Amino acid sequence: MSTLTEAPPPLAPAEPEKRPPRKRGRFTPYWLLLPGMLWLIVFFALPMIYQASTSVQQGSLEEGYKVTWHFATYWNALSEYWPQFLRSVFYAAAATVLCLLLGYPLAYTIAFRAGRWKNLIMILVIAPFFTSFLIRTLAWKTILADSGPVVHTLNSLHVLDLTDWLGWTAGDRVLATPLAVVCGLTYNFLPFMILPLYTSLERIDGRLHEAAGDLYAKPWTTFRKVTFPLSMPGVVSGTLLTFIPAAGDYVNAELLGSTDTRMIGNVIQTQFLRILDYPTAAALSFILMAAILAMVTFYIRRSGTEDLV
Amino acid sequence: MKTTPDNSGDVRLSGISKTYGSFTAVHPLDLTVPEGSFFALLGASGCGKTTTLRMIAGLEEPSSGTVRLGDQDVTHLPPYKRPVNTVFQSYALFPHLDIFENVAFGLRRRGIKSVKKQVEEMLELVQLGEQARKKPHQLSGGQQQRVAVARALINHPKVLLLDEPLGALDLKLRRQMQLELKRIQTEVGITFVHVTHDQEEAMTMADTVAVMNGGRVEQLGAPTDLYENPQTTFVANFLGTSNLIEAEVDTENGDDIVLKAGGGKLVLPEARCSAPTTAGGKVLVGIRPEKIALTHADEAGSIPEGRNRVTGKIADASFIGVSTQYVIDTPVCDEFAVYVQNVERDGRLVPGADVVLHWSPAHTFGLDAAQDIDAGTEEEAAA
Repeated sequence: MSTLTEAPPPLAPAEPEKRPPRKRGRFTPYWLLLPGMLWLIVFFALPMIYQASTSVQQGSLEEGYKVTWHFATYWNALSEYWPQFLRSVFYAAAATVLCLLLGYPLAYTIAFRAGRWKNLIMILVIAPFFTSFLIRTLAWKTILADSGPVVHTLNSLHVLDLTDWLGWTAGDRVLATPLAVVCGLTYNFLPFMILPLYTSLERIDGRLHEAAGDLYAKPWTTFRKVTFPLSMPGVVSGTLLTFIPAAGDYVNAELLGSTDTRMIGNVIQTQFLRILDYPTAAALSFILMAAILAMVTFYIRRSGTEDLV
Repeated sequence: MKTTPDNSGDVRLSGISKTYGSFTAVHPLDLTVPEGSFFALLGASGCGKTTTLRMIAGLEEPSSGTVRLGDQDVTHLPPYKRPVNTVFQSYALFPHLDIFENVAFGLRRRGIKSVKKQVEEMLELVQLGEQARKKPHQLSGGQQQRVAVARALINHPKVLLLDEPLGALDLKLRRQMQLELKRIQTEVGITFVHVTHDQEEAMTMADTVAVMNGGRVEQLGAPTDLYENPQTTFVANFLGTSNLIEAEVDTENGDDIVLKAGGGKLVLPEARCSAPTTAGGKVLVGIRPEKIALTHADEAGSIPEGRNRVTGKIADASFIGVSTQYVIDTPVCDEFAVYVQNVERDGRLVPGADVVLHWSPAHTFGLDAAQDIDAGTEEEAAA
């Protein structure tokens, strides 16, 4: 250890290899963006512009339509169809709340309690997607049919008397009532609520529950003060993924509802495909879009989830 | 802040065990931690130390036995009803609450309305007064750690449980926090139960250390006692380094036992032998590397009489500043570790040199030879 030798000269540092600056790489991000941008331009931006121009046109099928900047179409559409707008918002909100009430306990169970059943339950949640939306909704027609088991059971429990009094059902029928439409919406959009809820619940560190318990929080308090606030990103995205499509949906109202339960989606569909009043249909679409955008913006602001996500 | 001792802060575990299916994480265990002490549970990962801590916290239900705090049986109380608080590994701070609210959490849950003064005082104690309105992720690891301690301590628990609280910190910060935690413990006088795999951490901070291995407590005692008088090979190897030599009992001579090892003789005080000895029986002889002196073979004559000696050849030497660590090839053990203080360095002590190792018999300890001689060596490396 104590023998002294001359320290060897330090190795000359290796010359860093000089590479010509790569110019091609600078454009790589743009190339990567291109397919997506093209897709959006062709299938989103252009139809929107086309739609916008349609909404301010006047004319008829025979004589053709011309852009006349006729904004009165918007006002006329709104004043004629505001009940359907309101109904859409109301049905969609009811379905969203039902989805949240049904979906949260399920997502919670999958995330924290399911153990080895986790994957099976997840598959069951997604399984309905293997069948078409339309067929599933038609199946509900059978389930809620006048002579079906649901009506029979509800009737013998006198639940229908209550829902009739509330105006949700009519007489001994469930089909062709608001209740049927809201149930259909809830059923069809439930997975869109469960999946984001599950994702955000699953991310919560289990030790936070333990820490809350250790700091004198009872299980319910732990849920209110820790679990629920931390799952807010999932609640927000789940409600958005449910509310937005539900508000514009027309299949459920068409198949499970009646003329009294028409939603704005049904009106737009009729205007476009049956009455062929394109300007009104386009104007209604824009009003719906603007209304949803305004509500969603307000909602996100209020729930203050920006710094949670 | 110091509470008068009424033994209500004692932790008394009697016969507690934990099994998961066929795996026994903790074998029936009796343990009493006196009020106001700093107690460490030391062991490698999977030795049952964390499970024991979690049973005290109420996060794990014991398979058998009882947990008492003072005279109160808390075995079946849920965590939120126990007067204990935990500093979790990687802290488990609430990410959606700021530092102030994290610290106030326990007070608010117990219905205390005016928390401001207490929280501010507690944040001062851990030197985080300025950070009250920040979110946990905006703080450094060491600051988060102090928040976790403050969040637990503000509740004045009877016992504070610390689950590897310093594991995520770098070495320098860990040293600093060890002293800091020790200071806080002395200041508040609360019983601390500290789980760690770092033997140095346990020895610096704790008054009493329990070394755990395979779900059992191997040995319990003051750090110096554990280090100087290990009772098992696991403790001897896990706590620092030990040279263990297999030897045969030759004669018993008064208070000393004379042993034969590799052709030479070694003396072991009987009081320092934890194994039963019979003439002709086997014993493991242990000696700590820093207790050994190294003399070049040419000067073997200058070694005083009455010391244990072993001859050997230096296989390797590494200079680490305060000391030089030698590995010596001897007939009794081919990797004999010797640490020599760099006071007067003998230039001849280089690899290849013939040397005599010698030490006072009083520093020798004896262990039961039926044990695995390498127990605890790999665990430490893994931890």
